[in-house]
Amino acid sequence: MAALRVLVGVKRVIDYAVKVRVAAGGGGVQTQGVKHSLNPFCEIALEEAVRLRERGAAAEVIAASVGTRLCQDTLRTALALGADRGVLVEVGEGAAPGPREAAAALAALVGRLQPGLVLLGKQAIDDDCNQTGQLLAAMLDWPQGTFASRVELEEGAVRVEREVDGGLETLRLRLPAVLTADLRLNEPRYATLPNIMKAKKKPLEVVGASELGAAILSPPRLRVLKMAEPPGRQGGERVQDVPTLLQRLRSKGRV
Amino acid sequence: MAAAAGGWLRSCGKLKRNLPAYLGPWRASPCVFRSSKSELMPNLASDGVVCAPLQTFTEEETMMKNMVTKFAQERVAPLVQKMDENSKMEDSVIQGLFEQGLMSIELGEEYGGTGASFFSVILVVEELAKVDPAVSLLCELQNTLTNKLFTTYGTEEQKRTYLPRVAKDTIGSFCLSEAGSGSDAFSLKTRAEKKGDYYIINGSKMWISLAEHAGVFFVMANTDPSLGYRGITCFIVDRNTEGLHIGKKEDKLGIRASSTCPVTFENVKVPATNILGEVGKGYKHAIGLLNTGRIGIAAQMLGLAQGCFDHTIPYTKERVQFGKSIFDFQGMQHQIAQVATQLEAARLLTYNAARLAETGRPFIKEASMAKYYAAEVATLTTSKCIEWMGGVGFTKNYPIEKYYRDCKIGTIYEGTSNIQLSTIAKSLAQEY
Repeated sequence: MAALRVLVGVKRVIDYAVKVRVAAGGGGVQTQGVKHSLNPFCEIALEEAVRLRERGAAAEVIAASVGTRLCQDTLRTALALGADRGVLVEVGEGAAPGPREAAAALAALVGRLQPGLVLLGKQAIDDDCNQTGQLLAAMLDWPQGTFASRVELEEGAVRVEREVDGGLETLRLRLPAVLTADLRLNEPRYATLPNIMKAKKKPLEVVGASELGAAILSPPRLRVLKMAEPPGRQGGERVQDVPTLLQRLRSKGRV
Repeated sequence: MAAAAGGWLRSCGKLKRNLPAYLGPWRASPCVFRSSKSELMPNLASDGVVCAPLQTFTEEETMMKNMVTKFAQERVAPLVQKMDENSKMEDSVIQGLFEQGLMSIELGEEYGGTGASFFSVILVVEELAKVDPAVSLLCELQNTLTNKLFTTYGTEEQKRTYLPRVAKDTIGSFCLSEAGSGSDAFSLKTRAEKKGDYYIINGSKMWISLAEHAGVFFVMANTDPSLGYRGITCFIVDRNTEGLHIGKKEDKLGIRASSTCPVTFENVKVPATNILGEVGKGYKHAIGLLNTGRIGIAAQMLGLAQGCFDHTIPYTKERVQFGKSIFDFQGMQHQIAQVATQLEAARLLTYNAARLAETGRPFIKEASMAKYYAAEVATLTTSKCIEWMGGVGFTKNYPIEKYYRDCKIGTIYEGTSNIQLSTIAKSLAQEY
């Protein structure tokens, strides 16, 4: 147990406070010059990994990201938040790795780094896919505990409490396993100023996507065709009583 | 026109009138400005990013800025109104500042600090001021005055004793002003009499910031009034020293959360080992540090103005009158653009002064300019923001009126605007 290595996936996303605007041409959103930051769910996953290490349940926390060189900033933030080292799987400019590509890259990293536990955020706030963790577990043929709101390590296993539609579900998974963090798992710390300075000295490795294997380089299976603002809210209508309401609903084809 | 001027000048010459040099025949010689100020040649070998814009930050500085923004929004913002109403800084805020390392930004790691750059301090102060200028002041004074006093003038013994404390949980307070000496700081009357290994301090100080929470005080007292200001010495006095009384805090217009109290000294016994720097050199130490302190205050005023502006513009885009958002009226747009431009100018003055100070270049004039201009811009910005917000800007339900009240101190403390202008003029006089 003491030798447990934890791999945490972190994604660089547009900051949650930024007002997102559709890019000219409608092919995506504006990202140039827009403030980016660490995905909040990834931050929660990272916090959990760091707490495991502080409790002595884990030995090393490695933060990993899949993206362009710009992701180094995100990894530095992860280092400032407590990760021991960072790895960036670098893809070409313009390549937009989707969940499948990210999962393939992380699977290759797992082969290289041999972690006993992988922690991811449940979803990214830019695409809200909620797929990478699940895909990764399938690729590795590892058990998965998604929407984790509580994580407890045991000898050779992990007990996960999941937030599901019906309530809370507790699973016991044999390690190695993939977990994805939900909102209530923990409250992430702030990076203290001394830790920010220390992050400079921690190792950050950049690995080309091609080095890791062909699966990541294959063209993405998803392509964004069009991005547009949702239509403006139309005015509603007041009705006097329920029969009129039903009549209106029927005439609009809603009932 | 030129010919006529030439003719007039020649006739003056005939009359042998004593013309001042600046009315001399400028047409005759090329316009050479006689200035003793040397052109600062950028040292390309060592200066690295010479051509980068002033808003270029290192990775650490960016991370620090982001962290402080988050901290300020989550831990300080909810308490701002309460702290202002009660005129009291919350303990959780003070603790938070210490825990995050915001009170020891430049201090070396051996004392428990972060070991970051002076520019980081400026960025942190600015970010905090966007949320609460009073909290920003606490951070600013600790970093630019307290920590700097110890590291610059402290003996090894003093540094070992006090620096770990000020990095961990002890606030420092600088006692210079008195009821009778504000701008004329060095006519202070507090007396320190030498008695063997000790000094006995008697007197009273006024307008002392942070006195309510401070654990250690820097007291400027005169050891020999016959020497005038050359007798002023800086003493380190612990809070619980007998004879040190902290008076009732002032009920202020703005930055109410930051305590401002009179502090009296009644036969306060201070060992000679607690003298900071040299006897009789206190005035010099004070001036040296207040110059960098000025940049800190400029950053505070800058953050204040920016924070106020950031609250106001979204409102102007939402508020609809006469069928369009008030932001869309050209009159409003022009006013807003003017304020934004001045804000940017103040920012560049401040950042540049900070970088000059960091690289060890002369910065007194630039620091004074930054402080003076930032304070003026803050006053203008907050005043305009209230107007743009209309009725809601006038009520305490919105944070705008607090910024308006807070900004006024900027033109007063750490050197009034008039003093700044005099300092700038003095620098200019030496250049020409």
